[in-house]
Amino acid sequence: MTSLYSLPGARRFEVTAPDGVRLAAVEAGAADGPTVVLVHGYPDTKEIWTDVAERLADTYRVVAYDVRGAGESSRPEATSAYALHHLADDFEDVLDAVAPEGKVHVVGHDWGSVQAWEFVTTPRIAGRIASFTTISGPSLDHLALVTREGLTRPTPKRVSRNVEQAFRSWYVYALHVPVAPEMAWRGLLGKHWPALLAKGEKTLGAPEPSLPEDAAFGAKLYRANVRHRMANPRGDATTDIPVQLVVPDRDKFLAKRLYDELHRFAPNLTRRQVSGGHWVPRTRPDLLARWIGEFVDRVERDAVPAPAAAKGRKARRDEDNRRRFAGQLAVITGAGSGIGRATALALAEAGARLVLVDRDGASAARTADLAEVLGAVGAYPETVDVSDAEAMEQLAEKVRAAHGVPDLVVNNAGIGIAGSFLDTSPEEWKRTLDVNLWGVIHGCRLFGAMMVERGQGGHIVNTASAAAFQPSKSLPAYSTSKAAVLMLSECLRAEFAAHGIGVTAICPGFVATGITGATRFVGTSSDQERSLREKTTKAYKRRGYPPEKVADAILRAVGRNTAVQPVTPEARAARAASRFTPRVLRALARVDLPK
Amino acid sequence: MATLLTDAPPGMTAADIDGFRAVQRLAYDCAEAVAARLHPGTTEREATAMMRRWLTERGVRDWLHLPFAWFGDRTAFTGFKVPHQFFATGRRLTEGMPFILDVAPVYNGYTADIGYTTSLGPNRVVDRLLDDLATHRAFILEAVQAGRTLRQIYLDVDALMARQGYENRHRAYPFGVIAHRVGKVPDARFRPHAFGFGQNALRGLLKDGVRGHREGWSPLWNHRKMSDHPATPGLWAVEPHVGFRGVGAKFEELLVVEADGHAYWLDDDLPHVHRWADRGLHGTAVTGTAPDRLDTLKEPV
Repeated sequence: MTSLYSLPGARRFEVTAPDGVRLAAVEAGAADGPTVVLVHGYPDTKEIWTDVAERLADTYRVVAYDVRGAGESSRPEATSAYALHHLADDFEDVLDAVAPEGKVHVVGHDWGSVQAWEFVTTPRIAGRIASFTTISGPSLDHLALVTREGLTRPTPKRVSRNVEQAFRSWYVYALHVPVAPEMAWRGLLGKHWPALLAKGEKTLGAPEPSLPEDAAFGAKLYRANVRHRMANPRGDATTDIPVQLVVPDRDKFLAKRLYDELHRFAPNLTRRQVSGGHWVPRTRPDLLARWIGEFVDRVERDAVPAPAAAKGRKARRDEDNRRRFAGQLAVITGAGSGIGRATALALAEAGARLVLVDRDGASAARTADLAEVLGAVGAYPETVDVSDAEAMEQLAEKVRAAHGVPDLVVNNAGIGIAGSFLDTSPEEWKRTLDVNLWGVIHGCRLFGAMMVERGQGGHIVNTASAAAFQPSKSLPAYSTSKAAVLMLSECLRAEFAAHGIGVTAICPGFVATGITGATRFVGTSSDQERSLREKTTKAYKRRGYPPEKVADAILRAVGRNTAVQPVTPEARAARAASRFTPRVLRALARVDLPK
Repeated sequence: MATLLTDAPPGMTAADIDGFRAVQRLAYDCAEAVAARLHPGTTEREATAMMRRWLTERGVRDWLHLPFAWFGDRTAFTGFKVPHQFFATGRRLTEGMPFILDVAPVYNGYTADIGYTTSLGPNRVVDRLLDDLATHRAFILEAVQAGRTLRQIYLDVDALMARQGYENRHRAYPFGVIAHRVGKVPDARFRPHAFGFGQNALRGLLKDGVRGHREGWSPLWNHRKMSDHPATPGLWAVEPHVGFRGVGAKFEELLVVEADGHAYWLDDDLPHVHRWADRGLHGTAVTGTAPDRLDTLKEPV
């Protein structure tokens, strides 16, 4: 979709503000659905919302308009014409045109969000707003109040937050310089802006031809409001309206910590954390549209839960996971047991949608069952052997058709094999590499290609092992396969970085899962094998490291985009030793495993 | 059903069996009555006091153990490291919170030991755990009747729980027991209790222990070698306890094992059994079929 005007049912209309400014607006999508009003930021036009609006249009009535000074709206010359109360009047006029009665859901990005904060904290307008989704645009009043606190009652946290934001706000100071910004935008900056954006923010899409003028006039937004509001913040800038805050991880212009105190101003707050830069409406429309949709639905159903204050480490971790993974689509292989199942359930608790792949269909179905009990938005079991290239291709196609492109893929399925190199037959080597390595390759290849093609980032987690850096004469085949997974992940990480796709290798260590009960012990009779399986299982049980902790580590690593994540203390020690004292590991490699 | 129950383990009459059934019902009535009176803000200590008062008012004078109550993630014994953590705390009930009431009164010389799991308002996880416990009830009976050793049954229950995706939480009990024997308690002038356990009833268990030690069996049913024998005739309080992501659920009731190895659940007129019947689950069969999942247990899980 290239323009809002090409959306189904698109209708262009204009409204005139009391001071004569004409605003260009568009309405599209499901005429009988809830109304979602999208407010763009600086230096954009309403077209920044095209991708999001396209995804919302099926269910919702989408309205977007060009803020005064931008796009097809008129551009008043006077700086004072850009003051927040004029912007609020503009918004009211648009509401009068599209929703004279009833309430609308507002979504604001950047300056669109800054002004929307003014809307939701102005009682006259707030009564017409059902919910507010704010993306990368804090209220100037909140910003001023929080900054002041940092000055009058400094704590290390507040001071460092102020300093960080002071640096990130460099462009705000620059825009206050007279004339120069306008000249830059109408000259070189305007010309190279699309290229800069594509490089720095990985945004796609054609620039608006009106950009230089939009940006030049938009500078007045800052000049008319920032200094005044920072000096005279409104103390009553609070709201009870349900607010959904979307915070991008890598926003160059806003410190994440800026929102730490937001619940004081908007107690009915839902937070979301997205991996991406400042322009998420362009770079992450899928996830954003899903979050907006879910939030609007919840508010329409009147089912916004009172956010519980997260007390304790576990509650805080759960809250972090919900912020990030709610509504995400995750594909997990080996999801029928062990680490795969634990990861699936942790994601279920966070409100993700899950495709659960396992060779054993019954166990995958059981995981799906439990996931739904825990609150997964959807959980779909699939019976697939990851080593089967064709089956994996069918799976990938099925997932794309039924659920869309996954945001997270966990290539976790693996089998254990132990015994000396000379005892390992070529068939056993093949089986091991087929599952442990090829399974991962297929997962990365198929779902990775989808993620790259979609261009909205994502994350791939591959389950390697501490055996990937700890050699052992007892585990040659297993260690080789896992070392390959580790290296594959590192290479892939380098390649996919350009697409905003993170890749993580997880190296758990000794974790009490079913893998020991099914490990092939080469060079042993079936009786010996059984007793070895029992013994190893018992030993792992005694070690007592639960797969749930690995799942926590996986979710944390995805949030931080960690490259290699050793989990258990022994895995961490082995990782450190492999870097600093590899000889120790080589000596350990010669030790016989107790039989 | 009642006609079946005329058989009694050695040393017990049909009247004894009726006595056990009566006290078990009383204990479950207590749990239900108290559960219905719990509300947001009630503490565990208040709940145990309510159970104690309810039973004392109805003539209970001695205990195998004083009432226990676990709220929230304490139902799954999260973070339990030392035994005193089993005792009631000041933890307050909130809406949707799971809780377990566990009480073991002695009445007219008969002992019951019951566990009652529910939640304050709807809780999908608790519902699911309770549903899945139906399989365990059927399986345990079937396995006891088949003459399998208690240790083996314990390990199979373990495997079944793992396959269901749950943790075995009865392992957290003293000695990790899934069940223990109960018996008649002589009426005594003094009924001391220490650390929550009634000494008269405990003495019976201890006697069983001494005798079992001589004869090669154990009154405690756990995963250790001492339980590597078929169920001995008598009454067993069986308490499989599953845990799942900070939520625990159990039932506990008496299993009667006769001299010839035939076994049956003492009573089917119990809240959790009715609940399963209402939901169309198969927990009610006294001579129940073995759970179909049993075969799959032999596969690695």
